[in-house]
Amino acid sequence: MLIALLLLPVLTGLCMLFFGKALLCRVALPVMALAHTLLSALVALSVYQGNAPRALFGILAPDPLGVLFLMLASLLFLAVSVYAISYLREEERIGLHTNILDHGQFTNQPERRFTAFLCFFLASMSLVTMTPHMGVQWVSIEATTLSSAPLIYFHRHKSSLEATWKYLIICSVGIALALLGNILLSVAFYGEPVGESDFDQLSFFLSHADKAEATWLKAAFVFLLVGYGAKMGLAPLHNWLPDAHSQAPSLVSALLSGALLNCALLGILRGHQIMLAAGLGDISSQMLIFFGFFSLATAAIFIVGQGHYKRMLAYSSVEHMGLLALGIGFGGIACQGAIFHAVCHSLTKCMLFLLSGNILARYHTYSSFDIRGMRWTMPFTGALWTAGFFAIAGSPPFGLFVSELLIAKGILASKAPWLAVPYLLLLAILFVALSVAVLRMVQGRRPIDMPKTTKEPLTSVLPPLILGLAVLVLGVFVPAPLWSFLSKAAQLIGG
Amino acid sequence: MLFDSCLFLLLVSNFLLLATPHIRQMTKYTALQGILLALLLLLFGHTILTVAVLLIKGILLPGLLWHTQKRLPPDSLICPRKLAAFDVVCGMAGLAFAIWLDDRLIVTQELFPPLFLSLGLTTLFCGFILIIGRIKAITHVIGYLVAENGIFLLGMPLMTKGTTWFELALLLDVFVAVFVMGIAINRISDSFASIDVARFRSLRD
Repeated sequence: MLIALLLLPVLTGLCMLFFGKALLCRVALPVMALAHTLLSALVALSVYQGNAPRALFGILAPDPLGVLFLMLASLLFLAVSVYAISYLREEERIGLHTNILDHGQFTNQPERRFTAFLCFFLASMSLVTMTPHMGVQWVSIEATTLSSAPLIYFHRHKSSLEATWKYLIICSVGIALALLGNILLSVAFYGEPVGESDFDQLSFFLSHADKAEATWLKAAFVFLLVGYGAKMGLAPLHNWLPDAHSQAPSLVSALLSGALLNCALLGILRGHQIMLAAGLGDISSQMLIFFGFFSLATAAIFIVGQGHYKRMLAYSSVEHMGLLALGIGFGGIACQGAIFHAVCHSLTKCMLFLLSGNILARYHTYSSFDIRGMRWTMPFTGALWTAGFFAIAGSPPFGLFVSELLIAKGILASKAPWLAVPYLLLLAILFVALSVAVLRMVQGRRPIDMPKTTKEPLTSVLPPLILGLAVLVLGVFVPAPLWSFLSKAAQLIGG
Repeated sequence: MLFDSCLFLLLVSNFLLLATPHIRQMTKYTALQGILLALLLLLFGHTILTVAVLLIKGILLPGLLWHTQKRLPPDSLICPRKLAAFDVVCGMAGLAFAIWLDDRLIVTQELFPPLFLSLGLTTLFCGFILIIGRIKAITHVIGYLVAENGIFLLGMPLMTKGTTWFELALLLDVFVAVFVMGIAINRISDSFASIDVARFRSLRD
């Protein structure tokens, strides 16, 4: 089952790359995504029941934390693959495109290559979430960078090339630092007998954590945090994120923000787990809290007055990664809130990025200042965009309200309850800044030069609608098995 | 003796990399580093990895860089001389810091041979200096490779027979990364008529 989760997207991707026809690839993508989601659900069920599957001598052995991110990646990929049907059809129809930024003309990459790399991207993310081996996790996180770089460069114009280059260099160098973190981790455990037949490195590190050399372990965590933090978009290492998210096709931005950032977070969480087991949890928690607040403040600075709505969503991802770091850093109920936040953020951000693609297709501009009257020109997208704003800003009754409240509760119960003041203040600033841009776009009159049609393809609004409904339901009612699963995942990292 | 000579040559190659403004020369020194790493692996007794590192870091990766350079105009393959001088000074500071740090860290004696840790850290610093200090896209790739060589060096004493498969996966990853970066450099050259990353100004807040 675990091997199938890797082979399914890899083989589908290879078939697309070598034999695929555009139309066939477009149909095969959601079919493969559905099969992957069903397999992921089966793995999640096994882990929930306590029969966690293992494969390849323990290289694949997911735990509740990994399975949670696997399910998220799988579900978001399914939503994106359905959205891709109308998106790719429209891209094919247009043929020769004009870059909005410099008005240069460009063509897209061949569609079969794009869909193939989407499959490889899914495979590498699946490996990240399923392996307890820190080295394999590193290799697969680097593989996510390499498989997603061609996706960011789907529109072959200067701006996307610039974004792709920044993404490649910053993330590769960052991940190289994480590799150094892995080496330092091995130095910290040097001398402890390692079973060579078993690759469950994480269990070994956790069970021998009390014997690890503290100085090297602390150094290892710093490098893991900085390295994977660059990939996760924690400020001040976030520079690639707004560029890549704004220049990638919207469905790729949705996956980058909703699924990829979680994979990088998982790398940091593994380090935090080991630090907690070694009795050094206070140090890693303090670092996470520092980066959390720094990210929150950076996002607040850049979102205020931000005209580019895709960059605004990207900075919102920086904000939410900061919130996750904060919640995990404070531990206890805040940690449970952070895990719940990861779920709700992924669903909401994927929804918003898909909608941003609809807006871009209709208005042909990135500037929120040039967009008016969405409620008249595209009523479905306009309504969902407004709902998505309320969700991402943490308003009731959406799931993010609950998770942000839990994090606040955790901060108030901590040794430094006064930190709840800057936390709430920054969230308030972000709420106002986001509302100004989003409501400006939705309200107002229909622009005179816009076509009268309000028609929107079903596959472009259905996935965001379902994602939005899921976040709404999670805000009102969390099924007991899901909460129990989230709690199990949070327990691994001090929740 | 051979072991120490390899370490010395690696250190020299780092400073040659920082001192030269010519990208073709830098590629040669990168290949030299790959060969020296392979030799060190042989001395550690890792035969399979020796072959793999020699093939990938000593031949294929520099070959990829050569191939990329062939398509670029010759004048784009020279960095400003002033930057090179400044980079050497930074490299010296990096070396001094690495020796100072090595002296203070508590390391199990049998794990790192003398000066091994300092050299690994210096190589890593030199890689970062090349990435931050130079403005050509291809020097970013060379810097990434050098930094990765430093990390590889630090990991060398920890390698066992059981970890060979992982090291091979790592090498494959680095190879693909440089391959993708090579393609990107060619596209940058075609689109911007230069590989100067200082021209990347369209995406700002």
